[in-house]
Parts: sequence; C-alpha cells; structure tokens
Amino acid sequence: MSKVIVKVENAGMSFDTKKGKFVALRDIDLTIAEGEFVTLIGHSGCGKSTLLNLIAGLTLPTAGNLFCDGREIAGPGPERAVVFQNHSLLPWLTCRENVLLAVERVFGKKEGKGKLKARAEAALEMVHMDHALDKLPHEISGGMKQRVGIARAFAMEPKILLMDEPFGALDALTRASLQDELNGVMEKTGATVVMVTHDVDEAVLLSDRIVMMTNGPAATIGEILDVKLARPRDRLKLAHDHDFVECRAALLEFLYQKQVKKAA
Amino acid sequence: MSAAIIASDKVVSMTAGSAATSVRAANEAVPAAPPVVAAAPREPRTPVSEILLSIFKAVFPPIAGMVLLIAVWALLAGTGGSIPGPLPVWEAAKVLFADPFYNNGPNDLGIGWNVLSSLQRVGIGFGFAALVGIPLGFIIGRFAFMNAMLDPIISLLRPVSPLAWLPIGLLVFKQADPAATWTIFICSIWPMIINTAVGVQRVPQDYMNVARVLDLSEWKIVTKILFPSVLPYMLTGIRLSIGTAWLVIVAAEMLTGGVGIGFWVWDEWNNLKVEHIIIAIFVIGIVGLLLEQFLLLLARRFSYGNS
Repeated sequence: MSKVIVKVENAGMSFDTKKGKFVALRDIDLTIAEGEFVTLIGHSGCGKSTLLNLIAGLTLPTAGNLFCDGREIAGPGPERAVVFQNHSLLPWLTCRENVLLAVERVFGKKEGKGKLKARAEAALEMVHMDHALDKLPHEISGGMKQRVGIARAFAMEPKILLMDEPFGALDALTRASLQDELNGVMEKTGATVVMVTHDVDEAVLLSDRIVMMTNGPAATIGEILDVKLARPRDRLKLAHDHDFVECRAALLEFLYQKQVKKAA
Repeated sequence: MSAAIIASDKVVSMTAGSAATSVRAANEAVPAAPPVVAAAPREPRTPVSEILLSIFKAVFPPIAGMVLLIAVWALLAGTGGSIPGPLPVWEAAKVLFADPFYNNGPNDLGIGWNVLSSLQRVGIGFGFAALVGIPLGFIIGRFAFMNAMLDPIISLLRPVSPLAWLPIGLLVFKQADPAATWTIFICSIWPMIINTAVGVQRVPQDYMNVARVLDLSEWKIVTKILFPSVLPYMLTGIRLSIGTAWLVIVAAEMLTGGVGIGFWVWDEWNNLKVEHIIIAIFVIGIVGLLLEQFLLLLARRFSYGNS
C-alpha cells in the first residue's frame, strides 16, 4: 500500500445541546492512501459531512485524533483543499481572481505574478472554464460555478481534496458531465480525494473505496466496499458491467436494508 | 437596514438556488416553445402605442400624487388663515431662485449659500462619523467581547435626540458652527456602527470557511472577503446616517443660528415670510431626496448582480 495521507484514529464528535450531549460520530478509524478516491456515503444526518469537516479541520474532534501526512490536524489548511457543495465562490471576484486568491496563498511567496496567473488559468482550463476567466460568478451557470470551485481546489495542488456533495445541487445531466470531468482530472493529476455523496451511482463510478456510514446519532463506519473497476471508467460500458452492478447492489443493500432510514 | 438584510438573503439563496433554477429552466424549455410560436400572429398593437402606455403607467401616478398635494394645499390656503397658496409661493420662488447666490453680508445670503453651508456641515459631521463609526463597526462585528462591551453603551446613547448633545458641543467648542457639526456627528455615527457591525456578523459562513481553508491572512480576509461583503450594509448605514443628518441639521441650525437652511427657515419665520418657509420645506425635501437617490445608485453599483 502506498503512502498514507490521512489517518483517522478512534475519532468521535459530540455537540452540547440544550437536551444534553449529542453524539454525532463515534469510533471512526480510517486511513486514506495517496492517490486514493474515497467516498463517504450514508443517509442524511449520518455525520458524513461532519467527518469531512473533521478532516478539513473546520471542526475539531471531541475524541480521538486525525493526522494529515503524519501531522495532527489542528485547523484548516491549504494542503487540504475543500470543494463546498454551494461552490462558495466570492461573488465580487471573477473566476480567475477566485482561483488566483487560492493560488497566491499557496505559491505567492515562491513565484511571480505571471506564474501565479498562469497557474490559475491552467486550472480553469483543466475544467474547461477558460472561456469565462473574466466572468463574475453570477454570470455563469451552477455547473460552471462548481467547475470553478473544483479548479480553485486543484490549483492549490493539495495533498488531499475534500469534496462535500460537490454535485448535490446540480441537475442530473450537469452532474454526469462534471463526474466525467472529475474522473478525467483525477487521471491527469492522480490526486487523493475524499468525497461525501448520497448518490449510489456517483460513488461507484468515482471511488476506489466506499465508506458506508451507519445512521446517526452516534454514527460510525458500517462497511467499507472496495471498488475494483479498471480505470478509465466509462459510464456507458459500466452500466452493464457485472462488477459495477454488484457494487451498486451492495451499496443499495446497505442503505435500504441494513440501515433503513425511518420515515422522516 | 432591512434592504441590506434582504440583499444578503439573496446572496445566500442565490448560491443555493442557482442550480435549482437551472433545473427549472431546463424543464420549462419544452412547454415554453409552443406559446412563442402562437404569440407571433397576434400582434395587432403597434410597439409605439405600447411604449406610450408604459410611459403613461410610469409617469401618471406620481404626477397625480403631486397634483393632489398641490390641490389639498390650495384648498387649505383658500379656506382663510395665513398659509399662502401655491401661486404666491411660486411667485416668491421665482424671485428667490432668480439669484440664489447673492451675498449681502453674512446675515443676508441667497438660499443657495444656505443650502450649501448646511450640506457642508452634514458632510463634515458625517465624514468624521464614518471615520470613527465604520472601523468601530468592524471591531464590534468581528469580536464578540467588544460587542458585549459596547452594546450597552450604544443602546443607552442611541435613543438620545442628537439635539440634546448640542449644549455639550457648545460647551466644548465654544462656537456655534462646530457644535452643529458635532450634533451631526453624533446622529450619524449610530447607523454606521450598527449596520457595519451587522454586516460583519452576517458575512456568510461559506465565505469565512473559504478564508479558513485557504488560511488567508487577516489583511486578505478584510480586503478580499469582509470589506466587499460588508459594503452593501455599510452603504445602507451611510444612507440612513445621511438621511438622519439632513433631518437634524435643520433643527440644529435653528438653535445655533449663522448660515444654513435651518437658520434660514427660522429667520424667514421672524420676518414672517411664510412663502419662503414653504419653499424651504420643498428645498429640504428635494435635497434629501437627491442624497437618498444618489446613495441608492451607489448601493446598486456594489450589489454584485444579485438583482
């Protein structure tokens, strides 16, 4: 197994509420290796986003430890880039400036202005957004905004990319094209990714491993599924692929039989 | 303040809802097609008449309102009493505005000078209020401790009429003019502090998360995230401040004397030139309206296409 990028040891997260202590996550143990694409899947409220925020350092665990590249995660940092569900582009900056803000933070001390700009533009080109470098976020569609969000994260050349339901707010067709885009970028960069999703097909299509979370409160890792499909993956061919169907079935079984969500 | 709050809600809903609208747009694309085809034949109305109609719709109600105002005024003036009607006031205005910038010594200046000197006081008082209030608002919005510490002071002082501060100003500055400016400062500062602080507190958590993930320096956070995000709130604060300042300056000048539209109103009352007082009411109203519109225009410029 290649180098470990993120290690989660016995992590737990609880919140103090008016009704007392609320345990969101418990006993999470997970290691993520370099170049791996790991998906966290589970019903809503299972704490998958909480786990992602712990890795991002946006929240700190109330139990256990998390490490990134051997160092304890004590807060957020640019080596763990986050793609937010709602893209979170700054509306007063153009696409280029949004990416540049991230690039400057990471490479600003070492590289000149021209080089930084080239980096930002290359990242936008990678997600096929080079036609909208000088557009403001409100001038482009939701799918395009998310592309820019992904470009911003990739441009930082992070050790690990954390994606919180990155395609959750998009329509099915846009989502599919962005998934293919992401698969392409993954092959080019070999990035390490942790992604939260509730979409079974998306999980199987993109992942090397799928972490299935039990229902909250006190959610934890239920099962881990290895997806041994060859890359590059083609969604049309995979639709009839035996292994793909098996993986999908295993996920569905876990989500709708073992972890039945009570009617909300 | 409410306008700015709505604007910020739009920012949030825009980010969350943009994808939803794109879905909706895709769904609507199919059923929308037939009516477009059907709309082409039925076009008996010429575009010119439609333009005229829309102009009429836009222009008629405000004109009707003004006519109503003048009619009520004429009616009141006609029932006897000492209020001059629209016609005598119009005649007086023609004389007055024939030479708004005459100068017969410090006690007899044209109405233009009076308005300008009031505006100058408002500008200076407001400028100092902005210099103090905006940074203070940022500090209060950013640090909970400062908020908790200064909140009771602001809550206590804010409801006080700015005119109550006028004697303190006279005492400290020993002169009427800075005392009036001081009154403007006091009344302008509260909306600036409060709106800026609310703006800072309402910076969307998403943007702050971006700042945290990128680990931006405090300087970059202020210049790239806080300031642009707070700007619409600040502009609302500025608009409210200037509005209040323009209200207060008239009263302050009545008390302090000197040159200024407020003093001018009082002076014309002493001369029993009631026509001039009514003209002054219109002038004050129009200047206030222009200030408001200018600041609204400025606010729209910085709303980042949320409309």
